[in-house]
Amino acid sequence: MNSGFFRLAATLLSGLVFGFGLSLSGMLDPARVRAFLDITGNWNPSLAFVLGGAVFVSALGVVLTRRLKHPLFDETFHLPDNQVIDRRLIVGAAIFGVGWGLVGLCPGPALASLSLGLPPTMLFVAAMVFGMLIHDRLVAHRPSRTGGGTEAGARLSQPH
Amino acid sequence: MNEYGNALSGGLLIGLSAAILMVANGRVAGISGIAGRLLQGVQASTGALFILGLMAGPLLFRLVFGAWPVVTVTSSWPLLVAGGLLVGFGSRMGSGCTSGHGVVGLARLSRRSIAAVATFMAAAIVTVLVMGLLG
Repeated sequence: MNSGFFRLAATLLSGLVFGFGLSLSGMLDPARVRAFLDITGNWNPSLAFVLGGAVFVSALGVVLTRRLKHPLFDETFHLPDNQVIDRRLIVGAAIFGVGWGLVGLCPGPALASLSLGLPPTMLFVAAMVFGMLIHDRLVAHRPSRTGGGTEAGARLSQPH
Repeated sequence: MNEYGNALSGGLLIGLSAAILMVANGRVAGISGIAGRLLQGVQASTGALFILGLMAGPLLFRLVFGAWPVVTVTSSWPLLVAGGLLVGFGSRMGSGCTSGHGVVGLARLSRRSIAAVATFMAAAIVTVLVMGLLG
């Protein structure tokens, strides 16, 4: 058994199912996403079913992993066990949320829709990549002032 | 309602994708984490394969349904740049986005992910509200 090959095949399959699911769900459409976030206006609640359905099946996967000693194609699990809610988590999530609300695109749909070749989503992805690099190259090297245990050295072991 | 049925079916598939990665490889299907590590050259081959599969998703949709998924981007170019910068920076600073914290973190009942999802949902809702008020 070549588990390295199966690991790569599972990665590709997971990505493909993710991209197809996003396409089917309506999450690729920033206008739909912004209508879902517009709870005080012309609210379209349909995308709540995307998160609901996804968390449900994902939770079945979690239950299954708890019955396994190790993943099918790897020797250990690489899941985060950090439980500390620090300022970096909250400020980062808030910054992400503002950007998500501004345009209606988050990283998964933005990357998946690259294959449609639309200039606006390509521009968004270029800016997103730049934003990631700014954080990881410049900011992540500074130790967290709150000292919450998510310092720069820990970021590579944070698989989220 | 087709809109709701598609949203639910798509969501179930996204959950299946996360379950596959967790059970097969023991890893979190978090897009910002995968993309961020790829940019750092960490786990580059698996990261690149996942994103290749992700981008092939809309192509498979086109093959199955004979039409591209709807993508309506109305934001101006400066707004796209600002939004992209904030999404990229914030998702790395907060160790995750809608997929890692939302789909996987909530399913694992992670305290950090529950706090992150509540925060980014609130921030996004307020942003859309304020933009609506500003016209």
